[in-house]
Amino acid sequence: MARAITTQKKIMWTSLAWAFGLLMFFPIMWAFLTSFKTEATAIADPPVWFFFDWTLENYIDVQARSNYPKALMNSIIIAVGSTLLGILIAVPAAWAMAFVPGKRTKDVLLWMLSTKMLPAVGVLYPLVLLAKYFDIMDSRILLVVVLMLINLPIIVWMLYTYFREIPVDILEAARMDGANLKSEILYVLTPMAVPGIASTILLNIILAWNEAFWTILLTTVNAAPLTAFIASFSAPEGLFYAKLSAASMMAIAPILIMGWFSQKQLVRGLTFGAVK
Amino acid sequence: MATAQSRSAARIMIAPAVFVLLVWMLIPLCMTLYFSFADYRPMRGIFDAWIGFDNYASFLSSGAFMKSLITTLWMVGSILLITITGGVLMALLLDQPMFGQGVVRILVIAPFFVMPTVSALVWKNMFFNVDNGLFSYGYKFFGLQPYDFLSQAPLLSIVVIVAWQWLPFATLILLTAVQSLDSEQLEAAEMDGAPALARFRFMILPHLSRAITVVVLIQTIFLLSIFAEIFVTTNGAFGTRTLTYLVYQRVLESQNIGLGSAGGIVAVILANIVAIFLMRIVGKNLD
Repeated sequence: MARAITTQKKIMWTSLAWAFGLLMFFPIMWAFLTSFKTEATAIADPPVWFFFDWTLENYIDVQARSNYPKALMNSIIIAVGSTLLGILIAVPAAWAMAFVPGKRTKDVLLWMLSTKMLPAVGVLYPLVLLAKYFDIMDSRILLVVVLMLINLPIIVWMLYTYFREIPVDILEAARMDGANLKSEILYVLTPMAVPGIASTILLNIILAWNEAFWTILLTTVNAAPLTAFIASFSAPEGLFYAKLSAASMMAIAPILIMGWFSQKQLVRGLTFGAVK
Repeated sequence: MATAQSRSAARIMIAPAVFVLLVWMLIPLCMTLYFSFADYRPMRGIFDAWIGFDNYASFLSSGAFMKSLITTLWMVGSILLITITGGVLMALLLDQPMFGQGVVRILVIAPFFVMPTVSALVWKNMFFNVDNGLFSYGYKFFGLQPYDFLSQAPLLSIVVIVAWQWLPFATLILLTAVQSLDSEQLEAAEMDGAPALARFRFMILPHLSRAITVVVLIQTIFLLSIFAEIFVTTNGAFGTRTLTYLVYQRVLESQNIGLGSAGGIVAVILANIVAIFLMRIVGKNLD
């Protein structure tokens, strides 16, 4: 009797949750379906759902556009480059703050976080001016540096929370067993730190990939990543829904997959340990 | 445990991160501050290094500023309302026993990982468009006149787009908080006959209050600088010009650097007011 009620309830919750889940996912699903239609089918009235001649034409068309491969390459270089540069600077800092905490550690961490709260428009013109002065406007290196800087506080913070979970006692045990500093770091700490570093890298590639203020305003042609490439579709030239969808799918697919793997890190990385 | 030697090593390890962030913070911000006191319009070749608080006076007293401030408050406020209410409900729903919970969670989270320009353009063209948007077909299906969302209700349209992007974030964080709730206590309350609404009001909501505060603060900081969604949909027209967008237009479109910089400083101050509260909560949690 009790069991029957539970199953019934479970079915009710299941259908409700699936309904909401599909509703949230619908715009992505719709763009996905549209990306396989011809432009005429894409705006057919009434809308066509599943039964149409699926075509890869749009994907081929978008790939063939001279600037798509370049935008993809720029996105990859900027997202990965800024993340790795950030990791390079953040690992020693987070390491030191986690294992050799001083009186000021907390203040330094909070101060770093406060730089993240700086509104981008507050420094927009100086950055444009400096970029022009150093002749690096519309260059990948500029975006790598800028995105590294805006994400550095999150990288430091995430690494710090991961490193702090590494038990310090284990270091003492290693020391007692005669490990020197080098082998301590190499054989004891590093294996324990790698998963944390990997998740930090994952989340920050996602954040950098989707950043759409600096990537749009600091690029024109050469360094424009996918965010800016897609923005160029905002002025429609005739029929273009299917191509817009295909381009969108290619821009979001890798990140969507990475994102699904990083749900847990997202909570940690974006709430700065305030929600557990 | 830390020796003097390891302390100085630690300082050296922290130094690069502190240095780059300090440079990043100070140099551009000081430049903006400097320009905010200057009459600087490069297109017309005007540069007057010191005009006092004139830029601030004209920025703050302009109708555009007041309008943008109201637009910003409406936009941020309604997005927060939608995402928090929706997020709490979604989190509670996802916490129930069900089949395929993992898949549902993936479906719900997905919009957060879509880049802003993609979500804005997909909504703009494939849903809101008055000729070919899905919503228009819906209107026509019921024999109604299609509604031109982006020109009739531009603010609402942008709110829908951004709320769709941020609802997953609120849901995910609130779900984490819900799952840390002691289920035995809740079951005990249920057995004692506490109705669902009372359990929600007196047990779940107080438990979630901190997570809700954190979500509100973090989202506010991100939402204050919404840019791409406005850039590709209305370009700031039809009363969707937020403070961020106004400053962007003053600086890069009309090239009135002095005025724009004053606006930028105003934006920094407003964001800092929110940031202080967030920092307090995060700071307390560090100890």
